[in-house]
Amino acid sequence: MTERMRVSIFLIAGCIFFGLYCYASLNMPPWGHYRGPYGDAIARVAVYERHATDVVNAINYDYRGFDTLGEEFILFTAVLGVMMLLRREEGVPTRPVGKVEDESKLSSAVRVMCRPAVTVTLVFGFYIGSHGQLTPGGGFQAGVILAAVPFLIYVCENVEAFRRVTSHAAVEVIEAVGAGSYALIGLAAVLFGVPLLTNILPLGKTGDVFSAGNIALISVCVGVEVTAAFLLVGFTYLQEIITGEMPEK
Amino acid sequence: MIWFGAALMLLVAVSGLLVVQTRDVTAQVVALGFYGLLMGLVFFFFQAPDVALSQVTVGAIALPLMVMLAISRMKFRSAHSQSANSKGDKHD
Repeated sequence: MTERMRVSIFLIAGCIFFGLYCYASLNMPPWGHYRGPYGDAIARVAVYERHATDVVNAINYDYRGFDTLGEEFILFTAVLGVMMLLRREEGVPTRPVGKVEDESKLSSAVRVMCRPAVTVTLVFGFYIGSHGQLTPGGGFQAGVILAAVPFLIYVCENVEAFRRVTSHAAVEVIEAVGAGSYALIGLAAVLFGVPLLTNILPLGKTGDVFSAGNIALISVCVGVEVTAAFLLVGFTYLQEIITGEMPEK
Repeated sequence: MIWFGAALMLLVAVSGLLVVQTRDVTAQVVALGFYGLLMGLVFFFFQAPDVALSQVTVGAIALPLMVMLAISRMKFRSAHSQSANSKGDKHD
């Protein structure tokens, strides 16, 4: 394909896009105007029924909790797949290829700023995770934010610091426990003779950190699972760089 | 107010184009993260703060992180397997 053809195809596609874009922009509903019955209906009943002010998480972890359970196991399976593909087999001899130099090349100014950045990220992650039922956020977002902390340490400090945080076998167990406890919370409802994932815990006072029953608990479990999942994937990818050993071929 | 949303969406389209135009892989990952942040801004403007937060965490943290991890692993592997190969050639 010649350069000229490529540009002409882009121009044609660009013209079509621009036409559709203008059409869509001119016909957008007024800002803040919601069309459709379901959002209004759920916004009216969710705070009363579930004592959760963040209706999105009330839907995710309660009204359609079974869907989210499936989504959580999608992440679990994906991490399992990555670890299976990149795993290091037991007993295969490795050869040292030289450790990556442990000295950080960053300026000391950046490294000084690393500590406050880690602190702020940690606090923000815990806040997002524990206030899932009150404000936008929840377990999944909190998990990703918290998992970013060791990588921040990796960038600012050195490989060794990252290895100390992530190389524990406990991370695997924590991930499995996080994923499993969601299912167990759901099954606990069955023991009490109500349908799967029914909100059986006391709902508490609307606006409290410990309110909305199952929703807050599931949110924390998902947060634990996602944090461990991202750390596991990160460690699996970086294993050779961290240990400075590669399997012999 | 609607024009602000329209301008934001145009910005997303332009930055998506710029991600493709960036040829250096590492710079492209950074551009991808910036694109993810802009998408988060769009969701936030259209009154979906939950989705905006998900988009920012996935688009600006998780996705660039995964790509960077894969790139660094590949670079490490190719750097060390190449040195092993060149040693073998000298023996031959």
